[in-house]
Amino acid sequence: MEAVLLTGRTLSQGMGVELGKSSSVYYRSVVTCEMNAEDMRRLGVAPGDPIRIITEHGSVVVRVVEALEEVPQGVIFIPYGPMINAIIGPETHGTGMPSFKGISVKLKVGGTAIPRGPGTQPRGNEEE
Amino acid sequence: MEIVTGVTCPFCGCLCDDLEVVIEGGRITNVKNGCAYSLAKYLNYQRERLLKPMVREGEELVAVSLEEAVERAAQILVDSIYPVLYGWSSTSSEAQRLGIELAEEVRGAIDNTSSVCHGPTVEALQELGHPGCTLGQVRNRADLIIYWGSNPLQSHLRHMSRYTIGAVGRWRRGREDRTLIVVDVRKTYTARVADYFIQVEPNKDFELLTALRMALMYEEIEQERVAGVPVEAIEEVAEILRGCEFGALFYGLGLTMSSGKNRNIDAAISLVRDLNRWTKFVMIPMRGHFNVAGANIVFLWQTGYPFAVDFSHGYPRYNPGVTSVIDILSRRESDASLIVASDPVANFPRRAVESLLENPLIVIDPHRTATAERADVVIPSALVGIECKGTAYRMDGVPLKMKKVVDPPPGCLSDEEILHRILEEVRRLRGE
Repeated sequence: MEAVLLTGRTLSQGMGVELGKSSSVYYRSVVTCEMNAEDMRRLGVAPGDPIRIITEHGSVVVRVVEALEEVPQGVIFIPYGPMINAIIGPETHGTGMPSFKGISVKLKVGGTAIPRGPGTQPRGNEEE
Repeated sequence: MEIVTGVTCPFCGCLCDDLEVVIEGGRITNVKNGCAYSLAKYLNYQRERLLKPMVREGEELVAVSLEEAVERAAQILVDSIYPVLYGWSSTSSEAQRLGIELAEEVRGAIDNTSSVCHGPTVEALQELGHPGCTLGQVRNRADLIIYWGSNPLQSHLRHMSRYTIGAVGRWRRGREDRTLIVVDVRKTYTARVADYFIQVEPNKDFELLTALRMALMYEEIEQERVAGVPVEAIEEVAEILRGCEFGALFYGLGLTMSSGKNRNIDAAISLVRDLNRWTKFVMIPMRGHFNVAGANIVFLWQTGYPFAVDFSHGYPRYNPGVTSVIDILSRRESDASLIVASDPVANFPRRAVESLLENPLIVIDPHRTATAERADVVIPSALVGIECKGTAYRMDGVPLKMKKVVDPPPGCLSDEEILHRILEEVRRLRGE
């Protein structure tokens, strides 16, 4: 399935930064993919299931949850963090700013999430 | 027990300055008036701290004296041809000023985190100007609030209660006297409490802003929908905008990080400029880090440019997309880095991170971060607003004093003092 990825700030991600970047609050928040309930049904995924997010810069595996802040069908939301930044492109279109929102991605059900580690390793996990 | 009043919070760009910090036995035990972020910051600031200066020997970071770490850091900068000095938004303006002096001394590029948040805002403001005001004016006067691409109920938790829809101002009694419009891709928590929620398609903000400008001028929009929004709804909102007494547009990274970037802000400024033909309208960016606005302001008054400043020719040059940190790293042009109060390894795209880690890396930070763990020199610092004082600029450009409420860990100096020592050492090594 194709989707548009938004990354952004959430309360738990921001609190996690203050609790420490090795904290479980931070880790859980940055490996969470918020999705529309109808998209979850179409993909056949339940909350907590792994899903692979693929861009031209790599892929990562994160966990699906139904978005509490409703996203439209075809849009997914993942909090800022080392996990998703691993597959965001460096192109800034002459502004200095990479595109952290509105990114075209492909979704593939399944995969193994990156194990939790200090700072959560800043690389993709396509080798898995 | 001691209670320090009038404390300014070093979390987000709201810089709430009404905190009361309770100290018992030299430790912070409670914070009154703070939001959840503020509480998390003040009650957990001792977690995952860097306590000893360290330098890398092989695979290991080894504890050394502060003098040794400063000397190693200065040596890396002196040996470098084109170092990048990055971060600067979670520290004091006094430290920012010294950072620029250091960048000029070592002929490096200096950039702050606005490069990856409101950099496009600053670029647009330079082109078109900025119809702004202080947050106090919004609280006292605004009867119409717009949050566009911003979700303060997740990011700036007291913004709505202190300054906008929930705030009691001199001429506004609070929620009943104010209209809230939210424009976002997602139906956010902020959108749920809005009077009007406009759900824009991803990357279509520019189109929607342009359509709103057309509707405002009674021009015909030859479409049924623009950016996923029915034209009737756009015309209805334009009517509301025209009819307000004092409107304030707060905009976030939904505009700067999406397709269009600085052009989205151009369109937003143009909309606000148009609205001032009908009524009073202002705009303020929702700044993230507590002193990222200060970073832009200090960079601007020191160099003439707000971010992405290059000193490689000995004088300041500015060209976002060329002299900005992501672009320098992506092109693998730099040969060393100094990171102050930031964690680019966690926050940058992968190619930029790989480039950063290929060269010597110096980190000055209070906390253990992914970047500090990969550094060659680590110098622990005191937290501005908690363990040392300084100046910070609120999102509306108002400078506020940050207080010291407790002592830093033994041996941890302020960023300002550490940078001063590195600067002196650089000058000594260069025989100046």
